[in-house]
Amino acid sequence: MTETTKKTGVSRRTLLKSTAGLAGLAAGSGAITGFPYVMSAEPKVLRYLGTAVNEGDDISKQCLKDTGIKIEYITATTDDVTKRVMTQPNSFDVLDTEYFSLKKLVPSGNILALDSKKIKEFDNITPVFTKGETPGGKKIGNQGTAPWKVLYLEGKDSKTFSKTATEFVTLIPTVYNADTLGIRPDIIKRPISSWAELLNPEFKGKASILNIPSIGIMDAAMVVEATGKYKYADKGNMTKEEIDLTMKVMTEAKKAGQFRAFWKDFNESVNLMASGETVIQSMWSPAVTKVRSMGIACTFQPLKEGYRSWASGFCVSKGVSGPKLDWAYEFVNWFLSGYAGAYLNRQGYYSAVLSTAKANMEPYEWAYWMEGKPAEKDIKAPDGSLLEKAGAVRDGGSYEERMGGVACWNAVMDENDYMVRKWNEFIAA
Amino acid sequence: MDTSEDILQQPSPDLVRGSETARPAKAARLSPSFISWLQAGPMMLVFLAFFLIPLVFVVIVSFWDYNEYQLLPTFSGRGYTDTFEGCIAQLPDLCTIGRTYVKTLKLCVMVWAITLFIGFWVAYFLAFHVKSKTWQMGLSLLCTIPFWTSNVIRMIAWIPLLGRNGLVNSGLIKSGLINQPLEWLLFSEFSVVLALVHLFTFFMVVPIFNSMVRIDKSLIEAAYDAGATGFQTLVNVIIPLAKPGIVIGSIFVITIVMGDFITIGVMGGQQIASAGKIIETRVNALQFPAAAANAVILLIITFLIITMMSRIVDIKKEL
Repeated sequence: MTETTKKTGVSRRTLLKSTAGLAGLAAGSGAITGFPYVMSAEPKVLRYLGTAVNEGDDISKQCLKDTGIKIEYITATTDDVTKRVMTQPNSFDVLDTEYFSLKKLVPSGNILALDSKKIKEFDNITPVFTKGETPGGKKIGNQGTAPWKVLYLEGKDSKTFSKTATEFVTLIPTVYNADTLGIRPDIIKRPISSWAELLNPEFKGKASILNIPSIGIMDAAMVVEATGKYKYADKGNMTKEEIDLTMKVMTEAKKAGQFRAFWKDFNESVNLMASGETVIQSMWSPAVTKVRSMGIACTFQPLKEGYRSWASGFCVSKGVSGPKLDWAYEFVNWFLSGYAGAYLNRQGYYSAVLSTAKANMEPYEWAYWMEGKPAEKDIKAPDGSLLEKAGAVRDGGSYEERMGGVACWNAVMDENDYMVRKWNEFIAA
Repeated sequence: MDTSEDILQQPSPDLVRGSETARPAKAARLSPSFISWLQAGPMMLVFLAFFLIPLVFVVIVSFWDYNEYQLLPTFSGRGYTDTFEGCIAQLPDLCTIGRTYVKTLKLCVMVWAITLFIGFWVAYFLAFHVKSKTWQMGLSLLCTIPFWTSNVIRMIAWIPLLGRNGLVNSGLIKSGLINQPLEWLLFSEFSVVLALVHLFTFFMVVPIFNSMVRIDKSLIEAAYDAGATGFQTLVNVIIPLAKPGIVIGSIFVITIVMGDFITIGVMGGQQIASAGKIIETRVNALQFPAAAANAVILLIITFLIITMMSRIVDIKKEL
């Protein structure tokens, strides 16, 4: 959830805070039409609803240049994206959202699955999505809402997820990552290798988790398993008893003053870590990079129990048909054709089609981000700012190691309602 | 004495026109009561469309059922029963909702008392110690400066100040007053109350100031001539006459703090329960009926508080 603010750049903060952000983005993308561009008979415009992860002016500009499609971003937090799909399905054309929200979106009937046969690169999509394994053949953990469980529908208008591959794809994969704990090695001064450290009293008042119930509880479950207290059948789909047990552990930690604060957006997590308010917390890869680019030591620490992963992709609103649907396919095909993939990879995310992204990256960039090799040259962000000096190695290593080490996926539980009530109880404790 | 009062005391031109003595010819066509309905009409329509109707919907939805992805328009008390879950079983311990409201009310009382104290004296200074109208205006405008930026920024500005390695802590450590940074400065009830007071004192200043400038100065002179001490004048003249402003300011502050979840969230590190936060969590999980039920409960409690306050002062009469 709420991978809202992963993108780097100043504009993000202002954009997300309120719906004013929507207006801002609309105005921002409106400015693009100011460029001289030969218009086709009908201006090709797609309203793009999503979180900020995949959105960027660079991407929309390049898309306009390559395809003539003008993207109008509607930016919201993951929760608000879901809410909007439920309540205003006609207010957007293309939807960019996470796989775990499909359990809510698909039964609502407000989204339209895309036809895999019309996606040029569909067969080149990484097996992480289609088979649940890395290109090197490593099996990936399948707890939670793993993408391959919800990738296909049984029929065009079906509301049932298909266990086998069909041509009806719920979300065409775009971006994903493996999340873990970020730490301040300069303050902790000893190796950290387990999720259990998050609730270690040594870090009392200096730990933090995400303030999103469904993700926070999974981080807590990683801790519970790491301490050997309990082994879950599926951390992403707990029973009521398991929820009680997990929340009890969390409540005890909260009462003992373990947590400094819970964070909800990218900047909050960066500020907590950079200011030394926290020294260990669940985090996102680009946020760790951001802290490091401020000259503060921060490690995206690989842990022996594995990563918690998330993934997102594209579908369209049920109201989209005719030429608009064709543009949507054109846009999705363009998105997978390399430019956007390389852009995402350079931020520390992973693109769904690796081959096209690779063709759009310098060999030394690919070696650093994807192969876990020491950087031959300075590593720069898409906007040209320095991320890492030559010689640095990516935390967690290569794509194979990181994605192969995924233990569970962001999820919506069957007992979601109960879990939310327990979360409120936890906050009130 | 003050222009706003003059306007209030003059009968409005429309009323004069509507009254039979002034314009008998027109009164034949438009009755006075019709005119007053017409005058109140636009506000009433806005109120109806943007407050009453949505409120009715909230109440209706709070009695609906729901699942993961939609509202089910069948009657269900689930939103309420879930909210009060365990309230009897857990006795004598408080249930979630009980604990949440105790916390919310506690913050509310603290913020109210502090904003009232500060607001009263700021207003007192502006009304009685600043003689020139220009300076009064200028200084009142000065009070609005914090409102020139968004309240999110005003809140975030506290963080580098109060943090573990923030200005206050490093200052105290350097001056040798403490050895360890004070943890309770940030992400605590202290920081929540501080931020709320910073944000909302102005809402207390304005109505109290407004009440105070209307106090006839000759009353104060009379009190002085009759030999009252400054304190007696304050207690027996100024406070009773400033009561409407105090009550209006209190209503502003209490209703805002009761429903707040952003300030409490940011300054409390998302670890402090509030009535608003329960609603937020529910809405984010798409559990609209449960959120609506909590909104109705919050509304009832806030309404009760305000009713109690207006028992103390009859605002309608005082205005």
